[in-house]
Amino acid sequence: METGWILPDLSSEVTRGFWDGCAAGELRIQTCGSCGAMRMPPRPMCPACRSVARDWKTVSGEGRIWSFVVAHPPLLPAYAEIAPYPVVTVALAEDPTIRIVGGLVGGPNLTADGVDPATIEIGDPVRVVFAQIEDVTVPRWTGPKWA
Amino acid sequence: MTRSIRDQTAIVGIGQTPLVSKGGLPEDELTLACLAISAAIDDAGVSPAEVDGLALFDMEAKREVEVARNLGLGDITFFAEVGYGGGAACGTVGHAAMAVAAGQCDVAVAWRARKRADKRTRVWSQSPKRLDDPDQWTRPAGLLRPVDEIAMLTRRYMHEYGVTREQLANVPLAFRRHANRNPKAAMYGRELDLETYLSARWISEPLCLYDNCLESDGALAVVVTSAERARDLPRKPVYVHAYAQGLPRQHQTMSSFFCEDPLRGPSHAAARRLWANSDFAPKDISCAQIYDAFSPLIPLSLEGYGFCERGEGAAFTEDGGLEWDRGRLPVNTSGGSLSEAYVHGFNHVLEAVRQLRGESTCQVPNASSCLVTSGECVPTSALVLRS
Repeated sequence: METGWILPDLSSEVTRGFWDGCAAGELRIQTCGSCGAMRMPPRPMCPACRSVARDWKTVSGEGRIWSFVVAHPPLLPAYAEIAPYPVVTVALAEDPTIRIVGGLVGGPNLTADGVDPATIEIGDPVRVVFAQIEDVTVPRWTGPKWA
Repeated sequence: MTRSIRDQTAIVGIGQTPLVSKGGLPEDELTLACLAISAAIDDAGVSPAEVDGLALFDMEAKREVEVARNLGLGDITFFAEVGYGGGAACGTVGHAAMAVAAGQCDVAVAWRARKRADKRTRVWSQSPKRLDDPDQWTRPAGLLRPVDEIAMLTRRYMHEYGVTREQLANVPLAFRRHANRNPKAAMYGRELDLETYLSARWISEPLCLYDNCLESDGALAVVVTSAERARDLPRKPVYVHAYAQGLPRQHQTMSSFFCEDPLRGPSHAAARRLWANSDFAPKDISCAQIYDAFSPLIPLSLEGYGFCERGEGAAFTEDGGLEWDRGRLPVNTSGGSLSEAYVHGFNHVLEAVRQLRGESTCQVPNASSCLVTSGECVPTSALVLRS
């Protein structure tokens, strides 16, 4: 069903590992198949050693809020429906220079409504959760503050 | 001898259409482009047939062929495009200057035309539903608009350096004050105070309505020729003293929160080359026209171009620090993107020329050098112009 959300094209060999990981309930970060360096966003070549050998590493899904916004209209209709909503950039526990963006959710149903924006602070611990939109699984974030 | 284009070329003509936000303009983008270029050619005192170089933006609806056919230009021997929208304005002028200095053309035109006043033309609202580019790492999460991406960076900036909303407000308040002296500014006659700023609706917290630039219809153009030729033309030459582009290592356009050092933006990369090629240092600059699609880009750019240390950009704006008549550095003296018009920052180039001709409505006494910058957070460009 068409939801009006903007979603990734899942056909790219370079990026699909990330989205496949989400569908499997895992946060997978692209790594270099030669030197092992993690990189985000995914890309064909390792900027450290120029290898095109690529791999994926499953990480803990734990991290801390590096920054956040609360989006208000005007927005596309599907997004306006849940606005105002918080979006966080999360620095991963394994390597804080690797950052992932996602909606911040809370409450029993893990929704944007379950988060009072006034309670969000940079540095708050969060863990990844996953939500399905159409045929795509996207990462979102929650934490003990918004249980 | 040092390799550089220093003072070899000059801006000898400027032209523009009305710049309108509310209600827009009836003309299409090509017509606006032709009207602005036509005015710039007349201002320069050259004939259309002499124009043999064209430097344009990406995202321009109509390109060199249409522009040349309409204006009756001669044989064109140099044409080039600069990419990345808001990062390109100084780049087009720089391309024109380099081409003239290198002998690839004699009279070059750079321009920008836009039709963005109509709400339906917002680029973000026309995103494809499926993405195969880096936007797939932000849009599905709810960062839909440029303002959401800049807000993410701004929150971190405020956190790291203790920046307040009152400090951010100094930016739109100063530029509105300048616009209120410029009858051609879209926000002429509409004052703005701190209370109104602080109570305005949010767009993407921590950024409110007044942290966002206007959306406008209009076009602007400049004519660039050699310094020798400039001395025989009617207008006072404004020399292209230094020029640089900036695409910092490991850059991620608009989403620099993925970078290793997110608050070190493209301005830092451009600044290094710009000042190396300039006889002026930041402390020598009379005034600046700095790209301001969002108010936090001003403190970030002040830091990048070396007017203060990292983390000091917000404090720099205090006590009227940006204002034309009392500022440490008068910035955006025609009102900028926040209060004159948003034309991808090309209006900043024209205001710099007016300052150096002594024709600004917020004239800085004896202005002899002006920094002009294009967008921070995208691959960018910058100019030092001098009289």
